[in-house]
This record gives sequence, C-alpha cells and structure tokens, in this order.
Amino acid sequence: MSATSQHAATQPLTMSGAEVVLRALKEQGVEVIFGYPGGAVLPIYDAIFQQNAIRHILVRHEQAAVHAAEGYARSTGKVGCVLVTSGPGATNAVTGLLDALMDSIPLVCLTGQVPTHLIGNDAFQEADTTGITRPATKHNYLVKRSADLARVVHEAFHVARSGRPGPVVIDLPKDILINKAPYTEAPPAAQPHRSYRPVTSPDMAQVRKAVAMMKQAKRPVIYAGGGVINSGPEAARLLSDFAHLTGFPVTNTLMGLGAFPSQDPQFIGMLGMHGTYEANLVMHGCDVMLNMGARFDDRVTGNLAFFSPGSKKIHADIDPSSINKNVKVEVPIVGDAGQILAAMIQVWKEDSQPPMREALAEWWRQIDLWRGKNCLQYVQQGKIIKPQHAVKRLYEITRESGRETFITTEVGQHQMWAAQYFGFEKPNRWMTSGGLGTMGYGLPAAMGVQIAHPDALVIDIAGEASILMNIQEMATLCQYRLPVKVFILNNEYMGMVRQWQELLHGGRYSESYSEALPDFVKLAESFHGVGLRATEESQLDDVIREMLATDRPVIADIAVAKDENCFPMIPSGAAHNEMILGPGQEGGVAGVTDEGKVLV
Amino acid sequence: MSDNLENFRSATIAVLVENEAGVLARVIGLFSGRGYNIESLTVAPVDEDRRLSRITVVTSGTGMVIEQIKAQLDRLVPVHKVSDLSLAGPHLVRELALIKVVGSGEHRVEALRLADAFRARVVDATTESFVFEMTGNADKIDAFCNLMRPIGLKEVSRTGAVAIVRGSSALTV
Repeated sequence: MSATSQHAATQPLTMSGAEVVLRALKEQGVEVIFGYPGGAVLPIYDAIFQQNAIRHILVRHEQAAVHAAEGYARSTGKVGCVLVTSGPGATNAVTGLLDALMDSIPLVCLTGQVPTHLIGNDAFQEADTTGITRPATKHNYLVKRSADLARVVHEAFHVARSGRPGPVVIDLPKDILINKAPYTEAPPAAQPHRSYRPVTSPDMAQVRKAVAMMKQAKRPVIYAGGGVINSGPEAARLLSDFAHLTGFPVTNTLMGLGAFPSQDPQFIGMLGMHGTYEANLVMHGCDVMLNMGARFDDRVTGNLAFFSPGSKKIHADIDPSSINKNVKVEVPIVGDAGQILAAMIQVWKEDSQPPMREALAEWWRQIDLWRGKNCLQYVQQGKIIKPQHAVKRLYEITRESGRETFITTEVGQHQMWAAQYFGFEKPNRWMTSGGLGTMGYGLPAAMGVQIAHPDALVIDIAGEASILMNIQEMATLCQYRLPVKVFILNNEYMGMVRQWQELLHGGRYSESYSEALPDFVKLAESFHGVGLRATEESQLDDVIREMLATDRPVIADIAVAKDENCFPMIPSGAAHNEMILGPGQEGGVAGVTDEGKVLV
Repeated sequence: MSDNLENFRSATIAVLVENEAGVLARVIGLFSGRGYNIESLTVAPVDEDRRLSRITVVTSGTGMVIEQIKAQLDRLVPVHKVSDLSLAGPHLVRELALIKVVGSGEHRVEALRLADAFRARVVDATTESFVFEMTGNADKIDAFCNLMRPIGLKEVSRTGAVAIVRGSSALTV
C-alpha cells in the first residue's frame, strides 16, 4: 500500500464520489465537459453546479457530445471529456466512441450506471455499458468500489492519451457517486502502469535499417497519416524537415491532412480512393515507401494484391498491431512518429552514404508529368455551381481573410471534395470522420472546435443529408453563441451513394434522393442562427463573404450540380493505377468486377 | 491463396493477464470480433498475490493472422505478456478430460482394459457406469473417446489445452 493511500485510508472521508470524479478531472487538466444529464448522473451534475473550474456544455444528443469532444481533442491535442447518463445515454454515445477508436482520438467518457445492487436486474435505464462499449473503446472500466474511483479516473486519462490514443469509458454506478470516497492524486508520470506500457521510442537499429534503405531509394515516397498529427505539432515540423532533407515526395492520408503543408512543392496531395493521380501513381510505382503513422487502410491501398508491387516498405507506427496487418513490410518501427522522425533525421545526417540524387531528379520529372494531368480540374460553366468550385472558393476566400481556420466535415462526396480542394498548412486544423465514416460528425465536431478556439473561424463543410443527422446541435450553437459556419453542398442526393449507384448499380438510385428537404435558411433562423443561400455561381462569393463576416451560427445552403461525381476514383477492387478520372480526362477506366462490388 | 494455405498453422498462445472482471470477455470478444479461430481456451488464476491469471488459447491461421492475434492481445490494457509457445521452443501441452462410460457386462471389462492402456483413472463407479479421468494431449484424449464410443461413451468434459515451455525459461511478469 502506498503512502498516499494509507494516508487517505486514515482520513475521515469528506468528498462524495461525484466530487472525487470532478477533482480528478480537474487534476487531469479538464476544462470542458460535453454532456447531457439524466437520473444516474445527477450526483455529478449536482457537483458540477457547485463549482466553477470545469465548464459543462449541454448538447442535444449524446452522440453529439462525443463528436464535440472529438473536435475539441483533435484541434487541441488534449483529451476530450464526455458525460452521459446510463442506458440510452450510454448507447447513444456508442457511435461517437467507435468513431474516436477508429480515428485514434483521445477521449474519456463518463457514463452513469444504476446502483451496484441493481446491476443485472434490468433496472430502469440500465444497460450493460461496459459490455456494449468493449469493442468501441480502447479500454473501459466499471467502478464497483469507492476506493478505486480516483485511481480509475487518472488511469483512464493515461490510457486515453498515451500510446495510440483512443476513447475510454468509465461506468459509474449511482451509489458510487453518492457514497463518500477517498481521493488519491494521479501517480507520477514515471511510475509505469502494471500491464499497459506502450512503446514510444524507436529501436535505433530499425531506424538505421530504414535510413539505409531510403538512401538507396530511386523512387521513394513518404506516406504520412494521422499518427503524425496525434504525435503533436512538433512531429509535423519534423516531417517537413525530413522531407526537405531527403527531397522525397510526400502524400497524406485523409487523417493526415495538415501533417505536411499543402503549399509545399513536395506535397503531391492526398492518396487513396479519391486521392490525386500523382499520389496514387507514386504509391504504385515507388521503390521505397515510408509509411509514417498511417495504417494501410483499405481506402488507401485499393486492391491489396496489386498494392505498390515493386516497393520495399518501412512502417512506423505506435501500434504494433497495425504493422503487418494488411500489408507485409520489410522494416517495421514501433514508436511515436515525432520520436521516429527525429531519429531518422539524426541518422540520415550522420550516415555518409549519399542519396540517389540523379534518380530522385528523374523521379520528380515523372511526378511532374503526372501532376501535369491536373486531375482535380473541373469546368465551372454557366449558373450551376460545381461543388468543387464552391469548396475551392471557400478555401480561397478564407485564405484571403487570413483568419485561423478549422474545417470539419460530414461524410460523403462533400467530405472528399473538402479533402481535395481545401488546403491545410498546419496540423489539427482538419477534423473528419475517416475510419468509421460517421454522417452527422461535422456539426458537433465543429462545436467542440469552436469551444476550444473561440476566436477562430470554424466551418463544417456538409452535405444536405449528413447535416440532418445531428441538426439539433444548432440549438447548442445558439445557446453558447458559437459562431460555427455550416457550409452545405446541397445536391439533393446522398451524393456518394448516388455516385456508387451510378457507377456500380446501373443508375438505379434506390432511396438516395433527399426527398422533402427542409428550407435550410428558415431552419437556421428557427434556431436563432443566420440562413444564407446561393443558387447561382454569381452569388457564391458574396454568400461566402457574408458567412465569414457573420459573428453568429450560419447555415449557408449552396445549391450545387446534382449529378456531379467525385473523381479521381479508384473503383472498389481496383489497383492504384486503375483510377477513373473525371469526364474529358483519359485514365485507366477499370470495370468493376463482381469481387469489387462486394467491397464497400 | 496457395501461399496462405501453406502458411496456415496452429498456435498455442499463453497470455498473462490481470485477474480482474471482464478480462476474459475482452480476449474472447477480440477473437469473435476479428474473426479469429479459437480451438480451445482455458483460464485460471496462477498468482493470487500479484493478481495474475493465465489464459492458454489454441488458435490457427496464417502466419500473418497469428502475428495479428498476438499483437492485438498484447495491446489490451490488462494484458501483461503474450507468448507464442509454438515458436518459443519445445513445450508441454496437456488437457484434462472426465469421460463417462455407461454399460454392462463385457463392455465394462473392456472399458477398464482400455482405460488401463491409456492410463486413465477411475474416479467414479456405479454398477452401470464409470467416470474416467485422463490427462494428455488432445490426440490421446480423442483416441480414447473414439475407442469408448462403441462401448458406451455417454458424456465428455474437457478442459482444453494448458501449456508450458520446457526447461528453465519462464513466462512471468
């Protein structure tokens, strides 16, 4: 028994479990909780009422609380915190938790639970929360003894933020919250956990092996993902340093956008299913690939059998289970992206072997030819607004404004256009649901971002279908005067579903038309926000400018071309060199095989 | 595909875990959620003072899948150590079985004869039944059960494999 707990044991207990929870949150640096009250968590709400250190943001649906905490976490690098009640409160949070798990976002979610003596009795608002959330969290706890309470809260934050970050649930029975409980401080950082010890510093022998391989590379690529963002802004800076040191081209995953500046001449765009022509052909044709903090996701690799067939691969990841999961690699390196990049820079400089400069110059000439295809070009003609043009103008006008800008998205075509046409120069400015693909993510995530960055410009690039999945959060925006901008690319379709139906299902648009849409301008007004609309190209810039100038929540309803498809596209089951390009552009037009149709 | 089939192997994996509520559910959920095979799984506390339990799981898959299973197990928060005994070198695998045989006359005599040959112990007897206890690897128990079937095999209860590496090296925290 440690000195602190001995001390605690002999002291008369003065704090309720709920007060212990709040004190532990405060010690963990929590400033904001996103939540929704209910019977089982009333003791915590009572404790919140009687203090000022932690601010509570009342959402309108528990799923939104989790996404808001995700936006908060991803834009700050801190752990997001959520508080929901038992039963339906917890089950509503599940989608958000799994979203955070897939995208490695650090969260701690406190869920209420029926009192310990009622657990298992099918009590009112009882759910087996730890059972339900087990595969949706990095770890979860059910606190059944008051003595464990403070320790569990501290441990939950440690688990959420360390290693590969992720969501952690703490299920809190109501009697544990009401009964007196001892407080114990967080263990010192140096004291390791009994069983959980993620590796962060890389094995230098592996780093040297990787650098030796990269020095020999004639057609290299750096493929950087969300691991660089999670490591912190320093890792993104080191990624730029390493790229400039080596002269290698850099592509980012969807989760990695902003890890490398989009304006950097060595940036070749996003890769994957809707990545650029040049990025995917570089991946296909490279001889050495450095995967820095990405996970060879199926959206990135396309058909694994034909994925980058001629390359030797180095995979740097903090999660050993991500390595050799989908793609076999020659050099695995387990560790934190920032630490690995720092080590690579050091070894590269020490190593006397010169890189293959001539071959690299030849590789860049090839890349420039691919770039010359200008795969993201589109033709904006006439009155109808092309969705790509809407995003491009949004990007250009926000850049001109010079304001610190954060972008969130929902899921679908608009998300891919945002990824393609909005450039990011810094990490933590781009929040999107990558792994789980959760429609309804963007508005609550934007809310969380705006809470963390009250003076910044926060825009949710949305589709008219996705936005309706968490539209109730307009009320939260209004209550807390959060001037989030919702920029809807309204094509009256679940656009990505419609696109797949066009390309794969004979144009039978089964249930993908957005019938009976609300009037988004009036909808915004009814939530005490501002509604704007552009139906013709000539109105677009004015609407964007007015939106940016408005210091209140705004919905800008942008009517865009209804049948526009998102290109380039690697059809399901195809390889990187079988991209479909937009109309008027030649490319490998691969037919979709039956095997491909099975894939999502 | 042929490559995958060639790499297909069985693995006996020992996992040292915190002896706490829910840990077995985490392990089993991992196998079912990710579509891994479980051929057998055993669990029991092995060190009360240090709150440790040991899980032995016999699984099969391609080399890549087995590596995944180990990495996925290792990243569970309450998991201390994961060891692939199939790769760790020579190791012992044992299973305990309780086997009930019901019959009369010549069948009873034959059952006892076979039990003797397999070194199975009689742990319960009535005038019409025996319960045999035997330990061994899975093949030995399979063979015994198959021989008992025509004689009157009624019920079998098996533990699944437990395993340990030979020699002085040990899996500890």
